[in-house]
Amino acid sequence: MIGVGKMKQYSNVLDRPLSKGKQEVSLSAFAFLFSELVQYNQTQVDNIAELERRLEDAGYAVGARVLELLCHRDKGNRRETRLLGILSFVHSTVWKVLFGKVADSLEKGTEHEDEYMISEKELLVNRFISIPKDMGTFNCGAFVAGIVRGVLDGAGFPAVVTAHFVPVEGQQRPRTTILIKFAEEVLRREARLG
Amino acid sequence: MPPVGPRSGDAIFANVERVNAELFTLTYGAIVRQLLTDLEEVEEVNKQLDQMGYNIGIRLIDEFLAKSNVSRCVDFKETAEVIAKIGFKMFLGVTASVTNWDADGTCCSIVLEDNPLVDFVELPDTCQGLYYCNILSGVVRGALEMVSMKTEITWIRDMLRGDDAFELQVKLLKQVPEEYPYKDDE
Repeated sequence: MIGVGKMKQYSNVLDRPLSKGKQEVSLSAFAFLFSELVQYNQTQVDNIAELERRLEDAGYAVGARVLELLCHRDKGNRRETRLLGILSFVHSTVWKVLFGKVADSLEKGTEHEDEYMISEKELLVNRFISIPKDMGTFNCGAFVAGIVRGVLDGAGFPAVVTAHFVPVEGQQRPRTTILIKFAEEVLRREARLG
Repeated sequence: MPPVGPRSGDAIFANVERVNAELFTLTYGAIVRQLLTDLEEVEEVNKQLDQMGYNIGIRLIDEFLAKSNVSRCVDFKETAEVIAKIGFKMFLGVTASVTNWDADGTCCSIVLEDNPLVDFVELPDTCQGLYYCNILSGVVRGALEMVSMKTEITWIRDMLRGDDAFELQVKLLKQVPEEYPYKDDE
């Protein structure tokens, strides 16, 4: 039965129907792949900040594509234009598609007007990762921070996004908080829109 | 009571934790893109992808054996079937078929019609020499090496290059007899 494929041939990737996004792979397959991503990037850097930046860049590329994909598929070619709208899009829609669940929480920073936090008790990418002591505050969640930044940037909400471990009382493992600090222009525009 | 005999790929896949394939696909894409930027030469990228796959393969085999309940295969033919029917299904959720056996049963092709790595992918003109899915060949090579089989793996067909399926030729070079990892006098 060689050559009898069930997939139709298309000369152009854009002619192909968009998948519904229901396909799955095993979590281990993803974990193995992600671990290779981290290990490879470790060979390319001299310090932790650089490593986080590279993981963030990789995530950014994913985020930019996720935004495009979801706007096409789930939102009828529309995207959110308001701050809270885009944040809840990230927290619910994006999270649900990528990680199979809505993020644990979305909060506004108490000290700064321009800061928002998405927290996850056990971030998918950190599931099988423990950080060696000598790597300090390094968090592989930088990859997810990159995804968030990619989505936000693509939607016209430039921001600085970082991932941090936050210890939780009574829990052995800290949770990961993705801290979003929007660019000034975003808040100015938001204020103007009322 | 533990199940007796090997479990089917479907049964294992239904029981393991799973993630959305798009996250997997896009993450793989990000890796390939990073390699292309860093290494510049397509040849080097092919090598690095194969190496990453190998790294995965030598670890993945443990999980495979632990979850699949597969016992020692009687010959290479059985090995190939197990990889295609159970291995691919268990990790990637797709099944592959085995064809094109040579006369002495040491070389065959694993054919994939569905491949979650390549959704949304199109090779630009500058990357025509890229074996986009080269990580898969590394995985198979690494995993087999851990069960004492040295193999050589070549891409015969690649849908990104216009073929109608993905065909991975697996050639058994030699079976390494099992040894203790150390010698007495060392």
